[in-house]
Amino acid sequence: MLPTLNGRIQTRIFMLVVFGSIITFLITPLLPDGLPGVPGFDGTYYRITFIILATVLVLGILWELLYHLIQQFRWEKDWPTMFGLITAINEGALVWILLELGLVPGLPVGVDEGDLPSFFFWAFFIDFSVIWLFIWIWTNGPMRVPFIRWRFFGGRII
Amino acid sequence: MIEPTAASVVPTTDPSTYLPAQPMPAGDLTDEMLQTDFWTDELVAAAGIPIVDVPFVTVGSGIGSFVTVDYLRIAGVPTSQMRVLGTLDHPWQTYEYLTRVSQIPRGERLRSDSASRPDNIWGFPSYGFAEAMRTFNLKLLWGLFSEPIFSDYYTPKAGQAFETMEREKNRIDYDQMLVKGLVRIVRRRYGGGYFTILTPPEGASATKRVAFRSQYVHLAVGYPGLKFLPELQRYRTEHNDYRHIVNAYESHEHVYERLMQQPSTVMVRGGGIVASRVLQRLMDDRLLHGAQTNIVHLFRTYYHGTNDGYGNEEDPRPGGGKTRIFMRRRGENGWAYQGFNYPKSVWGGQLKKQVRGLEGEQRAEIYKRMGGTNTPWRKLWQKQMNQGRREGWYQVLVGTVDDMQPNGERIVNHVRTAQGTVPVEVDFVIDCTGLEADIAEHRLLKDLLEHGGASRNPTGRLNVDRNFELIGTRNGNGAMYASGATTLGGYFPGVDTFLGLQVAAQEIYQDLAKRKFCKRIGPVRSTIQWWKWLFGSKP
Repeated sequence: MLPTLNGRIQTRIFMLVVFGSIITFLITPLLPDGLPGVPGFDGTYYRITFIILATVLVLGILWELLYHLIQQFRWEKDWPTMFGLITAINEGALVWILLELGLVPGLPVGVDEGDLPSFFFWAFFIDFSVIWLFIWIWTNGPMRVPFIRWRFFGGRII
Repeated sequence: MIEPTAASVVPTTDPSTYLPAQPMPAGDLTDEMLQTDFWTDELVAAAGIPIVDVPFVTVGSGIGSFVTVDYLRIAGVPTSQMRVLGTLDHPWQTYEYLTRVSQIPRGERLRSDSASRPDNIWGFPSYGFAEAMRTFNLKLLWGLFSEPIFSDYYTPKAGQAFETMEREKNRIDYDQMLVKGLVRIVRRRYGGGYFTILTPPEGASATKRVAFRSQYVHLAVGYPGLKFLPELQRYRTEHNDYRHIVNAYESHEHVYERLMQQPSTVMVRGGGIVASRVLQRLMDDRLLHGAQTNIVHLFRTYYHGTNDGYGNEEDPRPGGGKTRIFMRRRGENGWAYQGFNYPKSVWGGQLKKQVRGLEGEQRAEIYKRMGGTNTPWRKLWQKQMNQGRREGWYQVLVGTVDDMQPNGERIVNHVRTAQGTVPVEVDFVIDCTGLEADIAEHRLLKDLLEHGGASRNPTGRLNVDRNFELIGTRNGNGAMYASGATTLGGYFPGVDTFLGLQVAAQEIYQDLAKRKFCKRIGPVRSTIQWWKWLFGSKP
């Protein structure tokens, strides 16, 4: 990737809003909920997963500022493919810590005060990883097909 | 005005219809034409030059022309609306010649990014991904994932680039648009548009010249020419010796052949990618095939640590001080290391954006700062050169050559170093410095500067705008564009590269779409066209 700061933020928002939402919509009914069987469509679960998605998006914009700063130390001013994947670790960990500490606002009663059960961790892990992996792959190739100017303009969409 | 749909290849004016009393002119340029900046239709017809109407011509017929018509074909322009004028049989002909003689035959790897595919405007799938899938090579996939941190940048094999270009050339019916011949001159037409004068191969047409009357002209004529270092040129001419002193960009296989037969010493001059490739060839021949070659490598600038285009940390630079912490690259053993011929983000990221907003001196300054001769750090080269240093057959000198004298079959170079002048006797000199000639050495460009309204940018090349329109050449509803090496120094730095040609082609397509010459490539069209590309069906 050869992002500019503006392009980073635009790409982040576009990817999470479009693909993040679609995948969240599809995956939420399949995530473990500590009960036997598949949970299916449930408004409370959707509320949790979409709030987590929004948290990743908001924090992500702050992360992008840091990544942009790190990028300045690189002569090429590029963002290696690998970095795009491994930043899932720091970003995922931060979101999980905030969830565990009960610092993410808007979650339904029962999961809003942290101290979460282990199935919740696995549900978060699967949800987060699947979305991240899909977006990472999409950003590193297929995105160039519909948007021919995207790669030449630092990842800007508008 | 030229109606784009009215393209024809039929001469529209027959001079004999209105010049019955005079003998038929030979169809050549007249003095009057050469002295006139704007040509009328009558002026051209009176010279007996047949006129071909076509809305868009691209001059050059190399990769620059190919990539541009590829974009326009994908943007819905039929082959009948475009002509490619030039001397090449296929777009990669000159490129393949230059890479082959500078030691990148088809099986070797170029210095080009995985997603820089002249045959594919989307750069997806990248060369690397395609190669990994075709050969099911997990190591290669790992390389693509971890470059440039844990592995060298992936670069495609030259052969892969040529083969895929051939496929795309056939897909877009390139040959239907190709008109062979040498373009002599482009002049503005009175009333709008341009006349492009082509000299077809002998016997191919009834007249010496043919004029293409078009609304749009695109120039992609490539490097104006190569220049030798003055002392090398002097030696070659004075001693009539073209065998022992060679340029890396001319065929010099005889040097390697001699080295296989006889232990010799070779001086390599230059510190760029070509020097790296030539050194690898010399070292491969020594290490794998038993040549007994000693190498003297002469650097003009010796990099020993972090650097930028102004040189090493301690070298003087405007404003004083060292390299900026945010703008420095690695260097060692004489070389400045950089993956590609520009910092990667000039093709789409921060540096592209930055330069796009700079004018005049400021722009020249950033070009200077990110410039300087450099080469990629590759594991194999490091290994070979370390062995050469250890075993004493690879030696480095820093300086310039004051004088060269023959001594029997050998050449004595008087090298001026920091420690004084030393004589260095060698059997061959390979010049890898790659000096480029001035654009005015190219007849067509010289004429455009003198008669076409074109001008030079802060680095002396053709002055193009952000959309690659040649500034000062607009004529009525017509527009002239240029891309490639001749436009270096403009608002976009990486012009003389695969991806640079595509960046330029995209800007040109975009401008032509605004002028309603082609359709817009929006997300839907783009996706449909990509699938067509994938399955090899016509655009």
